[in-house]
Formats: sequence, C-alpha cells, structure tokens
Amino acid sequence: MQHTIRQVFRSGKFLFGFTIFAALLLITIVYPLIIRHPPLEIIAQGTFFPPGIYVNVYDSIGSPRYTLNLDDAAAKRIASKLSDADRSAIKEWLVAGGIPEKEIDITDTERLLDLWANEYDPTKAFPGMTLAKQRYYQRLDTSLKGILSTEGVAIVRRNVGASASEEVGSVAQTDYANVSQVPNVRVLPLGTDNFGRDVLTELVKATSVSLQIGLVAGTVATLIGLTLGLLAGYIGGLMDDIIMFFTNLFTVIPTPVLLILISFSIGQEHRGAFTIAVVIGLTYWVWTARAVRAQVLSLRNRDHINLSKLSGHSTVHIILYDILPYIASYVVMALILQVSLGILTEASLSILGLGPRTTEVPTLGLMMNWAMIYQAHILGKWWAYFPVIVTIALITFSMNLMNTGLDHVFNPTLRD
Amino acid sequence: MKGYRKYFFGKLLWFSVTLVFAFLLNFILPRLMPGDPVRAIVSRLAQGMTNATGVQAIYQQYTELFGTNRPMLEQFFLYARNVFHGDFGFSFSQYPRTVASVIKASIGWTIMLQFPAIIVGWLIGNALGALAAYLRKGFDKVLMPISIFVSNFPAFGMAVIMLVVFGAGFKWFPTSGGYGFDLIPSFTWSFMWSVIVHYQLPFWSIVLTAIGGQAIGMRSMSIYELNADYVKFSRFMGIKDRKIVGYVFRNAMLPQITGLALSLGTMVGGALVAEIIFSYPGLGYTLLNSVMGQDYPLISAATLIITLMVLAATFLIEILYGFIDPRIKAAQAD
Repeated sequence: MQHTIRQVFRSGKFLFGFTIFAALLLITIVYPLIIRHPPLEIIAQGTFFPPGIYVNVYDSIGSPRYTLNLDDAAAKRIASKLSDADRSAIKEWLVAGGIPEKEIDITDTERLLDLWANEYDPTKAFPGMTLAKQRYYQRLDTSLKGILSTEGVAIVRRNVGASASEEVGSVAQTDYANVSQVPNVRVLPLGTDNFGRDVLTELVKATSVSLQIGLVAGTVATLIGLTLGLLAGYIGGLMDDIIMFFTNLFTVIPTPVLLILISFSIGQEHRGAFTIAVVIGLTYWVWTARAVRAQVLSLRNRDHINLSKLSGHSTVHIILYDILPYIASYVVMALILQVSLGILTEASLSILGLGPRTTEVPTLGLMMNWAMIYQAHILGKWWAYFPVIVTIALITFSMNLMNTGLDHVFNPTLRD
Repeated sequence: MKGYRKYFFGKLLWFSVTLVFAFLLNFILPRLMPGDPVRAIVSRLAQGMTNATGVQAIYQQYTELFGTNRPMLEQFFLYARNVFHGDFGFSFSQYPRTVASVIKASIGWTIMLQFPAIIVGWLIGNALGALAAYLRKGFDKVLMPISIFVSNFPAFGMAVIMLVVFGAGFKWFPTSGGYGFDLIPSFTWSFMWSVIVHYQLPFWSIVLTAIGGQAIGMRSMSIYELNADYVKFSRFMGIKDRKIVGYVFRNAMLPQITGLALSLGTMVGGALVAEIIFSYPGLGYTLLNSVMGQDYPLISAATLIITLMVLAATFLIEILYGFIDPRIKAAQAD
C-alpha cells in the first residue's frame, strides 16, 4: 500500500493535478476561517460593482489628513474625468474653429486642454451646429473649469432645525487620507454580482458546495456501478442478463435528457443541492458498471479465485478479499472522473434552470446561471462569470490529470 | 451477407426496445411533478378576473383540453396515440400554439447546427490525435496538454468565452439569435448571410469542445496500435511505412466510431447548453423556455425528440460500423 502511494506521487501528472486540487481545497477551507462574511449577504445596492477597494467616503473626510504634493495628481484627475466621447467632441469643436486636424491629439490631455482654454468661445456658433450641441459645449466648458480650478471643496453640514447650512471644513486638492486609518474599507477583489453579493466570498462557498455535490454524485454513481458490476460479473446468469439489459438501456438513452426529466419532475421546492447530487449519481453509474463487470469477468476464472472457492469461502468473502483488491485502482480512477463529471453536470443543469433552488447555498452552476440571466457576459462584467468558469475548468482539469497519472502507474502498457 | 442481416435485425430490435422504454420514461417522469400546471396557466390568464365561476369555467375547459383530469393510464394511451399522429397537444406556456408547431420551428435549427458541428469536431479531433501519435515530439508535447485542458473545459464555458471574445469584444459575429432580429425568414441573400454569420459562434464552440476528447482518445488508440505486433512484423517484412500507417489508423478508427456512438448523448447535451448561451432558436433554447414556463407537454415532447434523434443517429452509426468492421460479420456468421 505504502509502496503504491509512493509510486503514485512520483508521477508528474498526478502530482501536478493533485497540487492544483489540494490548493483549491485548502482555499475553500482556510478562506472562510479568515474572512467571516456570510457568503450570500447582499451588501451592494445595485448590480455588478467592479472589483476594487471600496473606501467609505464619509469616513475618509473625518480621518486624519495628509498633504502630499504630487506633480501628476492634477493631470490624472482630469484624465479620469474626461471621457473619450468628450475628447472627440472637443476635437470636433476645435477643428470647426479652424485648428488643423493634425495638431490635435486627443490622447495628450494637457495640450488638448490648453488648446481648448485658448480657443473656446461660448458665444460662437458654427453653421450646422444645433442649439443642443452648443449647450453641451457650454456645459463641458463649465465642468472643465471646475476640474481645472485649484480651489478646495467646502464640506457643509445640513442643519435640520435651521434652514441654513453651516460649513464645517474644507478639502484641498492636495489632501490625502491613509486607507489604513479609514475605519470602513471593504476589499472586493472580484466585485459584486447581480444581487450585490461579494463574488469572491460567494465563489469560495460555491466551490466548496460544488465539490461536495461532485463527491456525493461520484460516490453514489461509483457505489451503484460497483455493486451492479460485481453482481453481473461474478454471479452471472439471469442476474447478469437483467443488469446488462438496464445498463445497455441507459447507455443509449441520452443521460442529459434523463437528468432534465428527473430534475424537472422533482420540482423547484424539493430541489436541494444534495438531491441534485443524488440524482446525478443515479444517472451516471452506467460506465462504472460496464467496466467493473468486464474486469470481474476476466478475474472470475483465475486460479486464486478457484482456490478460494475450494477453501469454502463465502461469495461475500471472495468478492471482498479476492476480487475488490484487483479492481480497486480502477474504481478509484472511476470515482475521480465521476466527481468531476458530477460538478460539470450540476453546472449544466443549473444553466438550464434546473439546478438546486437558489435561497440557501451558492453553487458554481447557479453563479453561472445568474450571470447569464443578468447578461454579465454581454455587458462586459467579466468578474461575475469568468472566475466561475476558470474554477470549474481547474477542478475538472486537475482531476483528469490525477486520473491520467494514476492510469500510467497502474497500467504499465500505457507508459511511453 | 446473412451474418450482417442478423446483426442488423438484432440492433433494430434492441433499439425498438430502448425506444419504448425511453417513451415510457418520457411520459411518466414529467407527470410526477408536484403542483397542477393547468392551474398555473389559468391563474396567469385569469389575472384581474374577479368572477370566481368564470375562473372555474376556464380551468375546467383547460383540464378538458389537456386531458389532465383523466386517469394516468388513459392519459398514457391517449398520449401514445396522439404522439403517433404527431400531435403533442397544446403548449402550456405559449398557449394558442401547439407543441408540434413549437418543436417544428426549432428542430431544423438544432439538426443544422449540432450534427455538422459534432461530425466536424470528431473528424478534426481524430486527425489531430493521429498526427500527435505519429509525429510525437514537439507536436505531441504542445497538442496534448491543450487537448486535455480544452476537453475538460465545460461546454458552456467555451461558448461564453467565444461569445465574449468574438461577439462582444471584437464584434465580428452577433451574440445571439439564429438570424438578424430585423429580418423575416425567406430565401433572400441578406437573410442567408445573416443565418451564416449567426451560425459561426455556436458551431465553432461545439466543434472546439468536441475536438479535445476525440484527439486524446485517438492518440492513445493509435499509440497502442503502432506498438502492436503486426506493425513490427510488417516493418520486418519491409512494407512501406505509409502503407503500415494506413492499416494502423484504420484499426485505431474503429473504436473511435463506437466511441462517437456512445458519447453522442452527452455531446448533444453539451450542444443544447451552447444553444442556450447563444440564444440559438433550436431545441435547447425551447427546452430552457419550457422549463422556465413549467410547460410539461413541451418538455416531454422536446426531450422525446432529442432522445429520438440521438437513438436514430446511434443506430445509424452502429449499422455503418457493421459494414466497416469485418469482425462483426465474422462473429455473427458462426
């Protein structure tokens, strides 16, 4: 046993797959211990906030001020306020105003604004320019003046009783707050989803739930497949005929169709994560049963089995001690594949709207489903779906690598 | 030829039995669903109606229409007879339309999309796998990890990424639908062009997911065959390498054909999900809508049609396989 395990871990492919898988597993265990936010808590008012560090504006006004004189601060401020559409509009006005098109570079913010400040005349109207467009330029000019001014901003507190507001302080353009001194900062490495939930926390929880679903589905499928395969292969006769009839039947009837029908029949209210896992397990045993039966058939007439029979061992004893050890490596490999298949299947089912019901736990498939329903992929909100796809791909990839590695260890003919 | 006929009729009998069983499952499973679907549509239709007897009358009429008030066994025979005549009843979620008309509108899209895509993916995958086994070295080193990664990539993930990159990012292809929303189906050039442009993304996403697994399978089959004794013997005999390779790949192809027959169901399942992602107007999208609308006649019919298609395709492949593999004729003859 020890020798086998050592041999398995010497296989590069297995080790690589195992490392990825172990890392994922470790994250799902350690992350909830450090970050204790509930995974399904709705924190954001609105959909799909982009990833980043969210600093409370109110608190940052009250936190200690530091004055930093940074040269490029003003340029960055303007660049972030001036959209591409505005830049093109400015260029359009300048070209109409007689500036040669070659001299204007809309990516060079400083020169563009210089030109604008020198040339712009709010009373000027060009032929063909609508009044709305003229007003737009006037507004743009005012807002640019606002950005360009070096004055600070006053902070005013509204007095509820009196009608007047009182000024309580001001913020200069060179004022900085230290993020670590602001009491309320929330890091959202993957932003929020359509419900306003923290995607990373949800993803970690979903990964753990999906792994559990895969494990349950894989175990159920492997157990059923193993039992039926052993019965069909070892006992044979009528038992074999009956089992093989159903195995062949379920091989040909497309499994996705069966899954859709069953999970639809269960109904929305009764579809928990565990139920879905068992349903997946109940529909995916066919391959294991076939393979186990084939292996048992080739084992059945070996000498050590005959010897065991002559010694008067019971059927159960023979199966447990003389057959199982020979097919154990195969069963482990099948289990790994079934687990990854289970995770994939749950995701596909959820996209169809037949996944576990949504209120209790997130799963990878459900996260994908919601991202699709809210069109995250078309709106360019990559953080809502891309990490989910990558996680699923990593899980299945690592499991298949482990499987290939095991295959190389146990089937020497495959080694090249 | 006698052996082949035996093989053919054996397969035919077996597939008929499977069909009957699939039909039974198809009828029973959706009807086990808790809740009364007729009540659901009636309450949707009767919104704002305060007249209780009116609502009751509507309910009665619908129950009569769909036959849900009769005993299960009678419903089954009614259903079997109707299905035989191509009549699947009315769709619950799109009421005045019949299920047959909904299915008829979508089945063509699915057949046009899935079967070419699966076959093209299978061909490309096998060619790449055979090349990897024959060339080994650099090609194999690059192709294998990519194939393993791609084949483990969920089908919907591939579809979403292609949609984001080529549809939303580069804007080369439209992101949803089977043709432009401003067009009416007709045999005009602009409509045809629109169909072709909309076809590309779903097609290639299905092809790509099919390639990986096939390439891996074909590679290991070919390596196994390349190391077989008959290859070594042929080499000693001085037979040309090209001729040997021809034999080897012919032998390696045979299990791949059976593999295609067996994995067809799963592949179709993945392709249905791809249809959903691209809102392609095929059976997958219809299935999604019927699940959303709790529409069991439509679900039952859609799944039955999918099962039928997969069974027919599998049957065809197995029949062809009997022609190609001489061992089958030999085995049946004695």
